[in-house]
Amino acid sequence: MLIKLTGGTVYDPASGIDGQVQNLYVQDGRFVKQPAADVKIDKEYDLKGKVVMSGAIDMHTHIGGGKGNIARMLIPEDHRKDPVHRSDITRSGCGHAMPSTFATGYRYAEMGYTAGFEPAILPVNARQAHMEMADIPILDKGGYVMLGSDDYLLRMLTAKKDQKAINDYVAWTMNAAKAIGVKVVNPGGINAFKFNQRKLELDEQNAHYGVSPRDILQVLATAVKEIGVKHPLHVHGCNLGVPGNLGTTLDTIQGIGGLPMHLTHIQFHSYGTEGDFKFSSGGAAIAEAINKNKNITADVGQILFGQTITASGDNMRQHANHGFANPNKWVCMDIECDAGCGVVPFKYRDQNFVNALQWAIGLEIFLLVDDPWRVFLTTDHPNGAPFTTYPHLIRLLMDKSFRNDMLSTIHPEAQKMTTLASIDREYSLQEIAILTRAGAAKLVGLDDRGSLGEGAWADITVYTDNADREKMFEKPDYVFKDGELVVVDGEVVHTKWGTTHIVRPDWDNSVEKGLEKYFNRFMTMKVGNFKISDDEMTEDGRGSLTTHSLNSVS
Amino acid sequence: MTEITEVPSPFCGIGTDDLTIHVEGLSVKVSENGCAVNTPAFEQDITDTSARVNGKEVSLELAVAKAADLLRASNQPVIGGCATDVNGMRGVMAVADKAGAVVDNVNFPAARRNFLALQDTGWMTTTLAEIKNRCDFLLVVGVDLEGFSPRFFERYLWNKESMFLDDTSQRDVVYLGKVPSGEASTSPTGGKAKVIPCADADLPEVMAVLRALVKGRKIVAESVCGVAINDLQGIAEQLKAAKYGVVTWAAGALGFDHAELTVQMLCEMVKDINTMDTRCSGFPLGGKEGDQTANQVCGWTSAYPARTRFSSGFPEYDPFLYDSNVMLANGEADVLFWVQAFNSASVPPVTELPTVVVARSGMTFAKEPEVFIPIGTPGIDHAGHAYRLDNVIAIHLKKLRDSGLPSTAEVLNAIEHAL
Repeated sequence: MLIKLTGGTVYDPASGIDGQVQNLYVQDGRFVKQPAADVKIDKEYDLKGKVVMSGAIDMHTHIGGGKGNIARMLIPEDHRKDPVHRSDITRSGCGHAMPSTFATGYRYAEMGYTAGFEPAILPVNARQAHMEMADIPILDKGGYVMLGSDDYLLRMLTAKKDQKAINDYVAWTMNAAKAIGVKVVNPGGINAFKFNQRKLELDEQNAHYGVSPRDILQVLATAVKEIGVKHPLHVHGCNLGVPGNLGTTLDTIQGIGGLPMHLTHIQFHSYGTEGDFKFSSGGAAIAEAINKNKNITADVGQILFGQTITASGDNMRQHANHGFANPNKWVCMDIECDAGCGVVPFKYRDQNFVNALQWAIGLEIFLLVDDPWRVFLTTDHPNGAPFTTYPHLIRLLMDKSFRNDMLSTIHPEAQKMTTLASIDREYSLQEIAILTRAGAAKLVGLDDRGSLGEGAWADITVYTDNADREKMFEKPDYVFKDGELVVVDGEVVHTKWGTTHIVRPDWDNSVEKGLEKYFNRFMTMKVGNFKISDDEMTEDGRGSLTTHSLNSVS
Repeated sequence: MTEITEVPSPFCGIGTDDLTIHVEGLSVKVSENGCAVNTPAFEQDITDTSARVNGKEVSLELAVAKAADLLRASNQPVIGGCATDVNGMRGVMAVADKAGAVVDNVNFPAARRNFLALQDTGWMTTTLAEIKNRCDFLLVVGVDLEGFSPRFFERYLWNKESMFLDDTSQRDVVYLGKVPSGEASTSPTGGKAKVIPCADADLPEVMAVLRALVKGRKIVAESVCGVAINDLQGIAEQLKAAKYGVVTWAAGALGFDHAELTVQMLCEMVKDINTMDTRCSGFPLGGKEGDQTANQVCGWTSAYPARTRFSSGFPEYDPFLYDSNVMLANGEADVLFWVQAFNSASVPPVTELPTVVVARSGMTFAKEPEVFIPIGTPGIDHAGHAYRLDNVIAIHLKKLRDSGLPSTAEVLNAIEHAL
């Protein structure tokens, strides 16, 4: 089937196309060259006057894994007001802050998103993450496997194993858990919490292992680079949410010594201690550090006002924050000598000084980071806000007067503590396309997504240009996934199953000998039953794996 | 004869995956690491191989069509049991969504005690490997742990080596409430568990006093429900002195009214201890007959636990109203659909309503159901996934033999297709 998309205004940063009127051709799911004049076009869409981008990619969204399902179980009252009715082609579901998997897929697709990446796959919980994501329709998916608080790695560091051994372990784990990246959450802190440590500074040692977060970041960032994984080490830093953590974050950036590193939900790590309330914005300092250090990328983790639920691997910090739970109920869990999780419902309020300033800090970072290829649009769904707030967030970035109107409604002391009103920048459509498409695809390490160029998979979103960017981005005219039309006028018209994106870095087989012994001595399952095979990912009849390239390794 | 090693079990809830099994034709024998729960569950013979409609053997297609007819004609079907693997439960959810059914897991009456506590105040919990390597004090509340899980102590407490304890045999174990049925809780060096017995129905009061003691409240009485305050004070001190205490309970064993309040008391006590400069975790026991699996899959596909109704065209959760037994008793349902892939003794409730049973081969009925479709057992007849009691690990079950019996998912997907 040959499809022609005629006359749209194309924003395709991956191909260097910025708002040019172009025809696009799709055959068998991919973009193809303009065919010869005598080739029959099977279906043509008239896109004159429409805005065309590739399908959007959420590079950090909690859509698969145990803590998300705990979050669902914890707040049935939040789901009741947001039901999703079944239709002849779609399944029912519900949920506002943490929707069911089917609702997640439909809502993302209806906003023009065609892929989402779960950033915190615990190795022992990887099966669940993939099974949940296998029930998210339409979207492609994938995830970053979490290391850094697992006892195996910490034992290796205490035993002074060399970098090569660590590289083998990281590569083996990525393969066993079917990941495309590596994440570290509060490096070593989740583990330290099990030894009753309640905070862990960048250079503070784990009471049992004598290893610091800085040591862990160094070996993991090195490993990710040396095994050729394109997605840089994905870092949820120390001291999340702590006033003054700005210093920790700057130190983390300096300390990594030029290695590629992605700092996630950086808004939560950009706080100073100035002012009457001893809580201030570090947005400008963080943005400056990102601008200076080209090895650093960041997603923002914007907060938006309203009810949500926070679900994190960082049980040390979640436990410390449980007093803010709203409604007042929460879960913390230590998990399998591997990691942990904490789930705390939150209601961000614009008349709360801290929440209001968090909102402003996130926007400051978006607007003060110069290079749109190194900053990414996230709310750390559902932690800062549900992903369904993205069109609103895009309007805040693209429309200064709207942003300032919103700013004038938040807690007055917070207004005084932010420079937001003085920032004139408005994001362009091309820049939004970089943040949410081309940049995200490049950062995740996807070979042929996030582009409208020849050979790329035809994930396409078509919008009607509208000065109200929220309205524009919440309801695309068309969304195509792998060349199939799935959404018309913001409603799902057809569903399909996306693929799971992974990489397969090499490792030395000898690594499994040590792991087998460790599993037999200390774990609760056999190492052979821990690994996820390719067959397992596809035995439900609708899953598939797509393997992406690695950087060449010397 | 084929020998298969490292076989995981979906029956015991604790995810043992070290069984050695001999397979000869359709016969399965556990040759190593069996237990009173797993061995009979694996070794049960296949008796029924053919589907039946009104007691007559028919083709699978005909039985599927008849089941679909009954669902189509129904105003309010209930799907009970829901005891199967992940793919089977996915099939249940798809049928329920299409047929507007109620989904109600067989163990929900017990699980409700935990969900009510969870959804009101939450909890702090841990998993098996943390217990195996860290737990230095185990408090067992109101359950005969070795009866629940014969190999729990051998695998997770009296393990020879642990990462953080020099000598695992020095761990302290205290029972509060039910008395252990055997010697599994006695350490390899002969250290016996301390047992502080009380009646199940007295646990609410006893737990309340224990929590008060943990918080340092003064108790004037010398005993509560026959339990000496001094004994409870001893438990409180051990919990606070432990580096990594664990408090375990089984919701299914708390068979008294409003047991959710006792679960909540216990969970809030665990939270309290974590503010007293040490660590402590709860550990709910469950995971049998796919109960965690049902709640997990229902959880991600509907956002609610496995007592959810779809007749409005979207999921609605109510832990009381959608109790299938209550609905049957009140005449609120008109078709009963029973799914039980693990346990052929777990028969559907007796009802005059038209009944469809999709269950493990060998189930016998007081009243023959309109439709009976025998299915294979996950982890014996087909591969699959089942959640362990600690809710984090989904074990990958193996196919051990070629019985030709369809899986739950195959049958449910065929019914959904026929709807």
